[in-house]
Amino acid sequence: MNRAFIVGELQTVAGKIPQISTERTASDVWQTIKTRWSIGRMAYRVKQGLYAVGNPNQESNIFVTANYKLSFDHLRRALHGLNAWVLVLDTKGINVWCAAGKGTFGTKELSCRIKAHGLEKLVSHRKIIVPQLGATGVSAHEVKANTGFNVIYGPVRAEDIKAFISSGLKATAEMRRVTFPVKERVKLIPVELVYGKYYLILVPLIFFILSGLNNKGYSIDQAWTNGGKAILNLIAAYISGCAITPLLLPWIPVRWFSFKGLITGWLFATILLYFGFLSAFLPEIISWFLIIGSVSSFLAMNFTGSSTFTSLSGVQKEMKLSLPLQIVFAAIGLLGWLITRFI
Amino acid sequence: MAYWVGLLQDLFKNMSGLIYLKNVVTLKLDAQKCNGCMMCTIVCPHEVFAISDRKAFINKIDHCMECGACQKNCPEEAISVKSGVGCAAGIINGLLRGTEPSCDCSGDKAGCC
Repeated sequence: MNRAFIVGELQTVAGKIPQISTERTASDVWQTIKTRWSIGRMAYRVKQGLYAVGNPNQESNIFVTANYKLSFDHLRRALHGLNAWVLVLDTKGINVWCAAGKGTFGTKELSCRIKAHGLEKLVSHRKIIVPQLGATGVSAHEVKANTGFNVIYGPVRAEDIKAFISSGLKATAEMRRVTFPVKERVKLIPVELVYGKYYLILVPLIFFILSGLNNKGYSIDQAWTNGGKAILNLIAAYISGCAITPLLLPWIPVRWFSFKGLITGWLFATILLYFGFLSAFLPEIISWFLIIGSVSSFLAMNFTGSSTFTSLSGVQKEMKLSLPLQIVFAAIGLLGWLITRFI
Repeated sequence: MAYWVGLLQDLFKNMSGLIYLKNVVTLKLDAQKCNGCMMCTIVCPHEVFAISDRKAFINKIDHCMECGACQKNCPEEAISVKSGVGCAAGIINGLLRGTEPSCDCSGDKAGCC
């Protein structure tokens, strides 16, 4: 586990507390990039515990966060120049919002850690600042009943913490609102792209091998020409669903994610058709539209999990129709494409 | 140039259709029980609630993502919502295992005491 951020130690009534840096090092940046590409993402953790920023005392604020290193880094950098306590909960390396949804960032964990670290001895006040998105797992009145501490919900984004403190622990409506700007969506695209990596190798390979089939038997030359096109079409469908649809998300004028993905997929298919990559033969063109459409639609639908505004009821409603259609489209498309090998 | 950049930014801001499906969410509020503590307006990430006459009311129901924060933090238990992950992969996970929808983000079990 990475401990390079620990710069000292503080002797307190609650024992020795590690002091942490608020600077981001080159190694942090590199680790963040790797994590965004899903490399070692689940192992990018901080040890559960209590930490000190600067030289906090009895009056200092306590900030709570998850033990996912990216969450922890956001918080410690936002506390630059302040004196504060940081309580890291054990969320199994998951960020605050997702962990709160699962309950690991929750009332029980928070109450236990408040008691275990003797926070009532460490500070004279009875306030603990929890990120607003933690509220999905934390019940403020229950924590109060368990520990005597008042949960104060801080802003959604750590970068607003200083403004939050200077206005007397009050967050503006802006600070309380979750957004999903293009910058945030772009950050999520690499993980989406890496998500189906095995299929991305396996499926085009199968298409490549099958491309050589014809009514005289098998032709390697044909596998190279048609198979190459097939691989390109499949990669286009993948990028359409995993990257382009998330990128254009609010500007595709329909609400269903699967429908958004279908539109982008068919846009890609039209471009590929124009440049002669699909086929010159109508049944094969239709088959490709069905395959590209279903792949792009399915992958776009999976982006509901990464988005910040989809509800369970909504996704269930969307999937009830979309999932069977995606399967039917893919099956007919695949069958059609196979049959056209022999015509 | 600055004019066109401004125009484009405005256009895209207005087009930010980050609202999901209409008339699907399970969120309910019993205004009778509300004590006006405003916790729901604090924890909601999508400004679903507003306060009028010291009572909460649901202002933008279609913005609700069923995260459950309001229900969890309502001391009067005036709010009910079937909360869960709005995630297709999680729902498929649930279908395959025959469980409730759940994301597969962490393998190991939680619990400190």
